[in-house]
Parts: sequence; C-alpha cells; structure tokens
Amino acid sequence: MSVMSRSENARSLGLWDRDHEGHDVIGTRTFGFWLYMLTDAMVYAALFATFGVLSHVVNLAGGPSPAAVVHPVYAYGETVALFVSVLAYGGAMVALKAGNKAALIGALGAAMVAGGVFLGLAYSDIERLFHAGIVPQASGYLSIFFGLILYHALHILVGMVWMLVMIVQVMTRGFTSNVVYRLINLRLFWHFQAVIWVFVFTFVYLQGTVL
Amino acid sequence: MGRLSLRQIPYQNPILVGTFVFALILGAAIVGLVTYHKRWGVLWREWLTTVDHKKIGVMYCLIGLVMLFRGFIDALMIRTQQAIAVGPHSPGYLGALHGYLTPFHAGQIFTAHGLIMVVFAATPLLVGLMNIIVPLQIGARDMAYPYLNALGLWLTAAGAALVMVSLFIGNFAHGGWYGFVPYFELPYSPGVGVDYWLWAFQLSVLGTTLGSINLIATIVKMRAPGMTWMRMPIFTWASLSANLIALTTFPVLMVCLALLASDRYFGTHFYTAGMGGNLMLYNDLFWVWGHPEVYFLILPAFGMMSEIVPTFSEKTLFGYATMVIASFAIGGVSWGVWLHHFFTMAAAPSVNSFYSVTTMLVGIPTGVKVFNWIFTMYRGRVRFELPMMWAVLSLFLLLVGGLTGMMNAFATNDYMWHNGVFVVAHFHLMVLLIAASIFGSVEYWFPKVFGFKLEARWGKAFFWCIVLGTGWVFIPMFLLGFAGMTRRLDYIPYTQWGPYLRVMLVGMGFYILAVAFFFMHLYVSLRDRAKNRVGADAWGTSRSLEWMTHSPVPAYNFAFVPQVHARDEWAWRKEQGVADLKSGPYRDIHMPGNTGVPFVLGALALALAFALTWRIWWLSGLALALCVAVVIVRAFAEDTDTVISAQDVERAERRYHDGEVVPMEEPMGRPTPRPAT
Repeated sequence: MSVMSRSENARSLGLWDRDHEGHDVIGTRTFGFWLYMLTDAMVYAALFATFGVLSHVVNLAGGPSPAAVVHPVYAYGETVALFVSVLAYGGAMVALKAGNKAALIGALGAAMVAGGVFLGLAYSDIERLFHAGIVPQASGYLSIFFGLILYHALHILVGMVWMLVMIVQVMTRGFTSNVVYRLINLRLFWHFQAVIWVFVFTFVYLQGTVL
Repeated sequence: MGRLSLRQIPYQNPILVGTFVFALILGAAIVGLVTYHKRWGVLWREWLTTVDHKKIGVMYCLIGLVMLFRGFIDALMIRTQQAIAVGPHSPGYLGALHGYLTPFHAGQIFTAHGLIMVVFAATPLLVGLMNIIVPLQIGARDMAYPYLNALGLWLTAAGAALVMVSLFIGNFAHGGWYGFVPYFELPYSPGVGVDYWLWAFQLSVLGTTLGSINLIATIVKMRAPGMTWMRMPIFTWASLSANLIALTTFPVLMVCLALLASDRYFGTHFYTAGMGGNLMLYNDLFWVWGHPEVYFLILPAFGMMSEIVPTFSEKTLFGYATMVIASFAIGGVSWGVWLHHFFTMAAAPSVNSFYSVTTMLVGIPTGVKVFNWIFTMYRGRVRFELPMMWAVLSLFLLLVGGLTGMMNAFATNDYMWHNGVFVVAHFHLMVLLIAASIFGSVEYWFPKVFGFKLEARWGKAFFWCIVLGTGWVFIPMFLLGFAGMTRRLDYIPYTQWGPYLRVMLVGMGFYILAVAFFFMHLYVSLRDRAKNRVGADAWGTSRSLEWMTHSPVPAYNFAFVPQVHARDEWAWRKEQGVADLKSGPYRDIHMPGNTGVPFVLGALALALAFALTWRIWWLSGLALALCVAVVIVRAFAEDTDTVISAQDVERAERRYHDGEVVPMEEPMGRPTPRPAT
C-alpha cells in the first residue's frame, strides 16, 4: 500500500465510480409519475370522502334525490367507451414494443376517438340534467356529484390532448427516450382514469339508483 | 378589470403607505444595485433560469427569510396592539377605538401572520435546505427532476408575491389563517381578502406537492452506488418521511381549498350553512392536511438536529435505526390525529378518546429521538459552536413545547383552554423549535454552499436575543392561557392581563434586537468572508457525504460519483486515510440545461391567481391558455441538457485544489446540444 500513490490507493479501494453514466432516465421518470398519480389518487380520495359525506338526505336540501339524478344507462355507455379506449391504448403499447410507428399512431387515434365518445356521452348526460334544472348550485349533493364527474372528465380531456401531442411527437421524432417515457406515463395516467371511473360508476351511479 | 379599480389602493392607511414606501425604496435600491453592477444578465442566466438544486435551494431560503421578516413585523403589530388596547380607558390612534389597529386590520394581520409563517416562511426554508443538502448527502449530481424543481420554486414564489401584493391592492382575509366556514363563504366575506388567501395558499400547495414528488424520487432513485437504505444520513431519512407526508396530504388541502373556491366562484354548496352544505367537512379536510403538515415541518428539523449533534459531539449518532423508525412512526401517526384540532365540536366521547390517544402516541417516537440526541452528546467531545447552540436550544424548546402538547392532547383539558393562548404558546414553541433548527442548519451548511463560515460574535448575540425574547414572550403567554385569555383579540377586556402583555413587549424588544443582530451577522460575515474561508470539511468533524466535495459546491457536485462504504461515509474515509478527492482522468459530465420556462410559468400562475382574485375573467382565461401552451411547447424541446467537458471539470477541480474560491454564479462549462440519437 505504501508504494501506491494516494489516488491509486483510492482507486483500488473503489472509492469513486468513475464510469458512472447517470441514472436510468425512463425508470426515474416513470417512478416520479407514479408518485404524481398517488397525489391524484389522494385528490380523488378526498372527493369521494366528500361525496360520502354529502350523500346524506339532509344534503339534498329538498332537491332531487340521487335516484332521480343518475342515469346508469348513460353511465354504462360511458363505461364501455372508456374501456374500449383503454384497450386501444393497450394496443398502442403492444405496437411500441414491436416498434411499429403506424400501428401505434392508429391505436392512439382509436383511444382518442373512444375518449371523445366518453366525453360526448358525459356532455349529453349533463345537458339533460341541466335542462331539467338539476345544476350544481341546487344542493350540496349535486355540488359534489357534478364536482366529481367534471373533475374526472377534465382528466379525460387532458389525456386526449396529451395523446394528440404524443401522436405528433411519434410522427416527428420516432421512439426517442423522451417519447417512450411519455407514452409509458400516459398509459399509467389513462388506465388510472379508467380505474377511477369504476369507482364513480359503482358509488355514484349504481349505488345512486338505490339511494 | 373585474372588481379592480384605483379605489382599492389603501392610501388612507398610514401604516400601509409607510410599508409601501419602504418596499419601494428597498426595491429601487435592489434594482439600482443590480443595474449599477451590470448584473441583470447574470441574474437571469445563473439564477432565474437555473435548474441547479443548490441555487434553487438558496432562492427558496431567500423567499423564506423575506417572508419570515414580514411575518415578524405582523407579530410585532399584534403584540403592540394587545399591549395598548387594554381596558375601556385605553387610548385609540389612527381611527381605532382602542390601540392603533381597527378590528378589520388586526384580523388581516393575524391571518397573514399565520399563513405566512407556516407556508411562506417555514416551508420554503425547509424545502430549500432539503433541496440543497439531500442530493449532496446521497451523492447525486442533481435532483431527479431539475425542471420540476424550478417550477416548484417559482410557484411558491408566485404565492408569496400574491400575499405581498395584497398589502397594497385591496385587503387580505381577516378570519384566521386556516379559514372558517361559512364565514369564508361569499355572503359573509364578499371582499377579495379571502380570494387572495385562497389563491396564495393554493399556489404554495401546488409548489410543495411538486417539490415532494421530486425529493422522494431523488432519494429513491438517485443515490450513489453503495448508498444502501441503512447508510443514508438521518436528514435524508427525515426528508423522505416528511415528503411522504406532503405527498399524501397536500392534495387533500388542494381539494379542501378548491371546493371553497367553487362555493365562492360558482355558487355551489359544499360548505354553506344551508342548501345541503356541511361545514364540518371543511374542518376535517383542512386538518387532515393541517396536522400532518406540522410533522412535515418538524421532521426535517429533527433531521437537521440529527446531523448537527453528532458533528459537534464528535461521535456517531446514537440509535440510528431507532431514529429511522421514529421518523416514520411520527409520519404514520400524523395521519390519525387531526381531530384534536376540534375536540370541542361535539364529537362522541369515543371519537375524542381515540384522537387523544393517537395524539399522545406521537410523544413516544419523539421521546426516542430526544434520548438519542442526548445519548449522542453523552461522553462526546461536545463543542458549543453556533450550530450546536441552536440544536441544543431546539432540544429545550422541544421539551417545553412537546410536554405542553401532551397537555393539549387530553380532550378534557382542551375543553377548558380551546381557542386560548395556552395552545398558541404551545405551538409557537414548536415552530420556534423548527426555526431554531433552521438557523442552526443555516449556520451549519452555509460554508458548504458559500465557501465561508458565518462569524460567531454577532451570531451569538442573535442567538441569545432569540432565547431571551422567547422566554419573555411565551412564559407570560402560558400564564395568560391559564388565566383564560382567548386568541386573536384586538381588544383586551381585562386590565389585569395588561402587565403580562406589557412584559411580552419586552420580549418583542429582544426579538427586534435579534433581527438587527441577524443582519449584522450577515453583513459582518460577508465583509470578513476572506478570513472565514473553509475547505471541503468546514467543521472538521463532519460525517456525511456532502462534506466530501468542495466548498462552495461545484455545479456538478462531485467530479466523480462516490462509492459509498459506510453509514458515515466521510468519517469512514477520514479514518481509513482515503479522504483524497483526486481520481483522474476526468470525464464529460451531463447536466440539465438552464431554462426560463419555469420562471415564465410562475409569472403566468401569479397573473392567473391575481386575475381570479379580482375576477378579471379575460386575464384569467389568457393566463390559463398561455400556461397550457407553454407546457405543450416545452414538451417539444429536445436539447435540454448541457455537457460540462472533461477539460472544464479538470480546470475547475484544479482551481479548487489551489484553494481558489470559485463563485457560485460562475458559469460552468458551455451548453452543448446532445448528439442526435
């Protein structure tokens, strides 16, 4: 040891990782997005808790009851549309694995169209309610009913804009690491919105018919 | 222009006009100095557009210090008002019946004081210190998401700016920093005050949430090779626990505030008194965030003490594993205690008992920590340098604050002094503990960031004035709490409370001295910085990784990423005699490139919040649309990295070795677009 210089000594002990090339970019980005989705899950948790609190009969303020508000058939149509969209997005991921640009763009387009059908159904459902005078300002229950479904619909809209951006990026850039991690994160985002919709469908619509 | 008109400028209030003139002079002086020294370019290139975690941390701390000063002035006004307005014969000035603040103005001041101290002083200071230190302690070159880091900073800055704007345009909320419903609903608070409060709060919530994602991902993903979980420094562990709290609770506050905003802007009925609203819902959602938030603040402070105490005891930390467990136990229990904020609001006895017990449970892991620090000092070579003095002060404040907290945990006690100043004195000692830890760690890590130590003479004067001020203010406050005084009074009906309130003024005098000494401390340190230059290991007995690299830390943190072998890696290397930093040949280092986008987004967020406050709909729409556009455009930026070439690294390293001081704002390397893939 004594004949070695200090720095050689340091090297032989493995004191520095000289070949350190940084960290796995895609893994780091995806992990962060999982954390972001956790915050979104907490937002939904707080909204569902609010929904639970404001579903009591006193929170109807003499207005329409949940059974008079929710329309499970519309909601069923929305469910089918959203799940078709998620399935299409799954197809996009298969195309990503195969490195097939055209198939990926096609699948993203299909996912967008199905998302658009979801939003269209939601829009006509809300329009129907507004025409009947069922508005968020009418009672505490209706405030959270509309709050919850509109917050979810906002996510769908954002997801669709994101898909459009990704279609452009895949066309112009191809599968760079930035594009790939964004596609993976969008998958997470999109599937999560479908999972949330399962809860909305169950607690707001199905349970609403018997309240 | 929505509700905004010239009549909203409170020019008839001499206090606000004076403040405005002061702000104007200060602002003009800063602009003048920057222009005179031709520093605008440097300011933009090296600070406002930076993504360097150290510079972002420094800017967080600056925001925190400015807001701490503002919050202190608020405190000073509350204390003087309460000392003057005692009894029916007390004098009135400036249009007030008693004292010199009208009830409306006094309400704004205590509201601003609370909000500022919690979310715009303590939070930015702690987030800033975590930002600077955590990546260094784990041997990373930057945070996981440097761009997101800058965005969090500028959103927080926008929130702080909005609070400051409310001083001079319109007014601020006047119902307490945590808000009351239905009082904060539009029919009862029709002015813009609540809206200022709402949007400033919301901006800081957004900034802190993004920051927590970043810090957690950094700790999980960016550790140097060999830095296993149980080798992480305790400050990093505490930051992880604190940010897990932030990650899970800040979104709940976001909902809480968003629903109130919906009530005020759309006329919904989440918290209204009629029409099916539920006002307890607001209290629950708020404090589900509010109490964990306290632990979000205190855990990093505990982490700081855990770094300072071993360094100045020249011993390894006692009970490392129990320290880790205790940090997470506090984080876990934090979720189950919020109801103790409203024991008196008619919950069933079983519910109150449950929350009493969970609150007392917090004392167990906290006690473990206290004993660990004491056993670390036991038989150590304790040196009472400034950081250690602050750490020991924190320990004493924790004892008094913590034990009075245990008294508050009894629901039966709380029935007697709910909303009283006993509770106020308790939580002020707790946040002063946090402040003391912050001052201690600023003293401790300042040489790491700036390359020179802060001088000791004025620093000690500052320290002792804080000690004396705290005693003189809060011992009488505890006594007044026992006497039954409630909080937030702008008029004191009982003259026998007067002497206590005047004694508290003496304490405020010490605090004023402390502020003056603090500025002297900074000024003298800056003036004599050549005398106080330090090398990598500023204190000589430090133990963790951040002391291994140069002071001030180069842009790339470590020329080579360290291989970690032991829990106290730096102490281990010194013992093994392998503390040498050289290990050639140098290599190119990829670093994130500077970008102005986060600054622009922060400015747009400020415009959006201001427009929403004043209901200027066109500006709200414009700012929101621009935000979305900027985010999408940014998504198309590919060359966001720079490369610091091996030659530049070598040149910089040589300068450090020659003992030259490389200023922090000196540009390192040159932006080189990444080769096309």
